[in-house]
Amino acid sequence: MRLISAYLIGLVFGAGIALSGMINPAKVLNFFDVAGSWDPSLIFVMGGALLVTFVGYRLVPGREQPLLARRFQVPTNSAIDTRLVGGSALFGLGWGIAGFCPGGALPALGTGRSEVMMFVVALIAGMLLTRLAMKMSQRTTNTPSSQHA
Amino acid sequence: METAFTPLASLAGGALIGLAAVLLMLIHGRIAGATGILTGVLLPTSRDDWAWRAAMLLGMVSAPGFLLLLTGTMPAIEVPVSTIALLIGGFIVGIGVTLGSGCTSGHGVCGMARLSPRSIVATAAFMLVTFATVYVVRHVIGG
Repeated sequence: MRLISAYLIGLVFGAGIALSGMINPAKVLNFFDVAGSWDPSLIFVMGGALLVTFVGYRLVPGREQPLLARRFQVPTNSAIDTRLVGGSALFGLGWGIAGFCPGGALPALGTGRSEVMMFVVALIAGMLLTRLAMKMSQRTTNTPSSQHA
Repeated sequence: METAFTPLASLAGGALIGLAAVLLMLIHGRIAGATGILTGVLLPTSRDDWAWRAAMLLGMVSAPGFLLLLTGTMPAIEVPVSTIALLIGGFIVGIGVTLGSGCTSGHGVCGMARLSPRSIVATAAFMLVTFATVYVVRHVIGG
């Protein structure tokens, strides 16, 4: 039951990514190209997603617990530090170079296009190497790790 | 490369992304972040946590095929950058989302909807840098 619902939620998420145009790097990069072939569509993606999530999130936590899990697990880390800002800035740099973000690329894998596969392999390499580096520096400095937003 | 302005499809698609985020919170009590889901599949913390993330990832990947069955066309993907740009960009995105603990879905949608100051700062940072990067790539280097 939990797995079926997670699968269906993934399907809805992926369908949203595809329908919205977030799956298409040409469209994503044109959104950011205000000085060139600007395509403002992504404002509507962000607007639609934020509106539904903002309203939905305010209705959900009235419950004691989620329907199929023991508890709500939201990030508790509130530190605004160099790692958050620097990491996010790096993400922006890579997004601007490649045109894919993780949420766009994962559903795009389903089209079987080799370009998506190359992006995702490089993405995973960057993620795993960074995890490894963080683990090694933690062992020496013992700084607390943060959760994913 | 020009792309068509699609306000209605984009709004509807965005609403579906939001619906998925709300359902994941309602049913599983979790944030719908692509970075967190991929990380949790690659480096599982427990068998239970791995399973729901893997199922959701599978659902995401099967979405284009599902749309193909439904509409008869595969969602359009046009890649206006070189293979080298995909590889370098992908690698940098991987470092960035790991250090920054999230991406467009986790920070930009879920975190912003929670009004998390961390996510608002992260989203502002990556959006600004993406605008600047595309400007430099297309109009300074490529211009």
